[in-house]
Amino acid sequence: MNAKPWLLGLCAIALMLSGIALRNPVEAQGFAGLGTTAEGFAIPQLGTSFSFPADHGPHPDYRIEWWYLTANLKAADGTDYGVQWTLFRSGLVPGQKNGWSSPQVWMGHAAVTTPEKHYFAERLSRGGTGQAGVTAAPFEAWIDDWRMQRLSPASPSNVDELSEAVLHASGKDFRYNLQLQAKGPIVAQGQGGYSVKSAAGQASYYYSQPFYTVEGTLTLPEGEIAVTGQAWLDREWSSQPLAADQTGWDWFSLHFESGEKLMGFRLRDSGQGYTSATWISADGKPAPRAPGELKVMPLETADVAGRKIPIVWRIELPSLGLDVTTSVLNPRAWMATRTPYWEGPMRFEGTHGGRGYLEMTGY
Amino acid sequence: MQLLMLLMGLALATALWSGVQAVNAEARASYDRAASILGQDRLEQLVRADGGEIPQHVFVELRRAGWLVSPVIEGQLRLGAIRLRMIGIEPLSLPVEAQQVDLGSGDGLLQFIMPPGLIYVSPETAVQLSGQQLPPIRIAANMLPGIAITDIGIAQGLLEKPRQISRLILSPDQPEGRTSLAAIAPELVLKKPDAQGDLARLTDSFHLNLTAFGFLAFAVGLFIVYSAIGLAFEQRRPTFRTLRSLGLSARALAGLLLAELIMLALVAGIVGVAIGYLVASFLLPGVGATLQGLYGASVPGMLTLRPQWWVTGLGIAVAGTLVSAAQSLWRVWRMPLLAPAQPRAWARASETALRFQAFAALGLFATTIGLGLWGAGLVVGFAILGGLLLGAALLLPVVLALFLALMQRWASRPVAQWFWADTRQQLPGLSLALMALLLALSANVGVGTMVSSFRLTFAGWLDQRLAAELYVTARSETEAQALRQWLRPKVDAVLPIWSVNGTVNEQPAEIYGMADHSTYRDNWPLLEALPDVWDQVARGEAALVNEQLARRDNLVVGDRLLLPGGWDTLLAGVYSDYGNPTGQVIVGIDALITHYPDVSRLRYGLRLSPPDAAGLAVELRNAFDLPSQNLVDQASLKRRSLQIFEQTFAVTATLNVLTLGVAGLAMFASLMTLSGMRLPQLAPVWAMGLTRRHLVLLELARTMVLAVTTLVAALPVGLGLAWVLLVIVNVEAFGWRLPIYLFPADWLRLGALALAAALLSALIPLRRLAAIAPADLLKVFANER
Repeated sequence: MNAKPWLLGLCAIALMLSGIALRNPVEAQGFAGLGTTAEGFAIPQLGTSFSFPADHGPHPDYRIEWWYLTANLKAADGTDYGVQWTLFRSGLVPGQKNGWSSPQVWMGHAAVTTPEKHYFAERLSRGGTGQAGVTAAPFEAWIDDWRMQRLSPASPSNVDELSEAVLHASGKDFRYNLQLQAKGPIVAQGQGGYSVKSAAGQASYYYSQPFYTVEGTLTLPEGEIAVTGQAWLDREWSSQPLAADQTGWDWFSLHFESGEKLMGFRLRDSGQGYTSATWISADGKPAPRAPGELKVMPLETADVAGRKIPIVWRIELPSLGLDVTTSVLNPRAWMATRTPYWEGPMRFEGTHGGRGYLEMTGY
Repeated sequence: MQLLMLLMGLALATALWSGVQAVNAEARASYDRAASILGQDRLEQLVRADGGEIPQHVFVELRRAGWLVSPVIEGQLRLGAIRLRMIGIEPLSLPVEAQQVDLGSGDGLLQFIMPPGLIYVSPETAVQLSGQQLPPIRIAANMLPGIAITDIGIAQGLLEKPRQISRLILSPDQPEGRTSLAAIAPELVLKKPDAQGDLARLTDSFHLNLTAFGFLAFAVGLFIVYSAIGLAFEQRRPTFRTLRSLGLSARALAGLLLAELIMLALVAGIVGVAIGYLVASFLLPGVGATLQGLYGASVPGMLTLRPQWWVTGLGIAVAGTLVSAAQSLWRVWRMPLLAPAQPRAWARASETALRFQAFAALGLFATTIGLGLWGAGLVVGFAILGGLLLGAALLLPVVLALFLALMQRWASRPVAQWFWADTRQQLPGLSLALMALLLALSANVGVGTMVSSFRLTFAGWLDQRLAAELYVTARSETEAQALRQWLRPKVDAVLPIWSVNGTVNEQPAEIYGMADHSTYRDNWPLLEALPDVWDQVARGEAALVNEQLARRDNLVVGDRLLLPGGWDTLLAGVYSDYGNPTGQVIVGIDALITHYPDVSRLRYGLRLSPPDAAGLAVELRNAFDLPSQNLVDQASLKRRSLQIFEQTFAVTATLNVLTLGVAGLAMFASLMTLSGMRLPQLAPVWAMGLTRRHLVLLELARTMVLAVTTLVAALPVGLGLAWVLLVIVNVEAFGWRLPIYLFPADWLRLGALALAAALLSALIPLRRLAAIAPADLLKVFANER
């Protein structure tokens, strides 16, 4: 009768799952069960190229998949805000069926971060009934009333389905309605979209749309706030993205003032960890960096939800002369969802300046 | 001996009371659990205003409009003799407050939602279900028996309700700014959390019934306690006198006695609660079966020991002791220091009391009649019962006194005159025991008459109602069609038994379609009807309702009746429908299909010549590979119905016998008390020449005369009781009125039983008298008693 058993049940299958493995090293399966084997599910292959709009839609042969949008926003009075909108798909077994017997489970996370507060909500849904899902063209990703939807389905077919979209989510005490406009192309991460996650070769398909400009309104307990800013969409799917000993990750997305972007992550394990990064030019050309080239180091931690969470990081990419220090907008940007993690906006200075988003799991 | 009597009386009274309370508590606890299933007692829900099922797309539309709702499908699954309440849930959207089963870790969710799915049931139900063709069973200790929880998709399949939802559970935290309900699903209404639940309401009358019986038993038990305490105090009078003379204050004496009584009460209470536990565990399976049969309520057959019984059991034991000791204690308190035992003076004083009792009894009867004329409701019904019984009990000594006075006047011989006079003098001491006997006897007559009348009516009604030889249920619409075609040349008639559930006058009801066939025209048990009722129903112009519904809503033939979906029709008849707690409406089969096109068309009654039924059943089963529960013959259906009926009243019968036993004990206690006090009266008679043998015979005759008189008095009271039960209580409790039948043979048996009890209870005191030493009788004159 409590949430916990459900949580455990979900954990084995849904995406951002609990850290059983962390507490029980013998059964190490990586953060949230993401290190489990890919039995029956398809495995990403190097050299496959994306096909749009189909790849904007779901890939039920793969175990997990997400549509992950983060936005750095600013109100007229200069206050910074962060917005998260995420839809996760998780296959219990490969394939799709209609009705309640569909093995697909969907999970939505939405959040608004202000300098003082962090509002978040979580939604769960079965596939197969229409309560949640994604269609590639016209593009729509939804769970309950939350949706990311192509703005004008009638616009010419040579325009990417993701180029213009509306974004909506609501929780008990917050709501947002945003319009997104892509000012640049879709960017393949890793080797042409094949993103390696460990030295042992675990990988995922991964592309981003980091060039969104955003405007819209946030509705918070204090009222409606008009905001503008930038957003970054990540699309990723795979069947076994983590190695068994990987316990969590730190993920960074950086919008430089110059218009360039950087995506970088570190997967933590018992040793050095595994880092990867992609430098993205202002016109959208990706320059993937060699594994280990990105160096990240936590400089300062805060006590959040009973854990030590790094809130100041040093990020270095020596070959490109990058050396910045990040600081988060609100250290309490804790997603106390079924599988808890930290996700929030940050700014950085040093050799380069700008804003971005930080995600930390497995702490 | 008195100590034993006191303890026994108190323990028995407490046992019956707390046993009944335990049964009630157990049943209520399971209703609470039923009411709290899926958080219905705490969470709001959305249901269709007309009580029908909700299409699944409404759920998706609500979710997509921001409503945090979780779908639930619910229905009865019949598996042979087992009825399973199947609840399908959607685990992902179910609010935390509503979570009922623990899916465990790992692959729990996967196994739960992916076919064949999992079924969670109580350990008892799991045993029942073994061997059934169902998804894999998981045992959950917190489940109620007879209820199964599974995934909504699995349940929709099992219940043959694809894409249907019974209700939507609302999460407590709804997001801001969602679209209004009226804009998405105007047919849905918000249902507030229901802490009590329908079951608790439905079964209220049943439990009130049990409670009333328990209370009666307790009251009878208190008579024993009263006699025992009276006797004990009487015999200890010299001791009290001595103690008081030695300077012990009345306050201190009464305090000591009070402490002693409370201690005894506690001991007896503990024994009583323990016996009550045994009584309850003996009664509970029967009660459980009854509740299941009558109301579909599932009550586990196992008793849990609850601390509140101990407390209430002990409490009532102490309270009962104090009430019955009040008079004796008061006397000790007020007793003049040297007052001798004065039975005769006490008896004389009681003549005033008799007059008062007569007035009180008449007052009670008047109130009772007033209640019967102008009151309504079940509680009033029981008040009438109580008034009747209490009034009769109060009146009994008056009637007996008059009778004895009359006899005395008629008697001419001195011994006879002494006999009647002495009986009169004994009356006050015995009257309480006789009252107890009267109560027990009349309850016995009343309840016996009620049950027997009911059984007779019910059996006759079953014969009318279950007219078809075979009842068959298809598993799907296609199979139903094939069945109809296959059957048509083989049987006289295939009668559809199709129904929908809906709301009539804001309460749930079943609506059945009835084919125009002589089976119904000839047999259907109509209580009241328009002259051309069958033609009107066949044409779809009118409807029949069951007695329960008619009484509930005060409907009479000729009224308009509003059926679900805004169908306004004429009420053309009322039929009896025993054993069904819900309202029922019958309309013509064509009209049913027209108004409710998606009615499930699976059940049929088959008419054929009875000798062919068994053969056809075998043929049918082979041809369609029907599971056994889908084909039932008339005889076994009747047998099952009667079984449920018998179980229902097995509990009543048990309590009845126990009450009679207690009354017998009360009689025994009183006679024991009296035999000790009567020596001063007997000694002079003995001295005047009556032998001890003669005295014993006279004493025996006296006991028998009193018992027979009480028995005769109990008959009219019992019949009055039966009348109240059949005409008032049954109507209020169940919604049906039954004709009253008389069973004189039962009375004779009861009379014999009562006389035997009286004889038995007189045996020990009489043996003592027979064996008394003449010296003891002589001592009376020496005042050395």
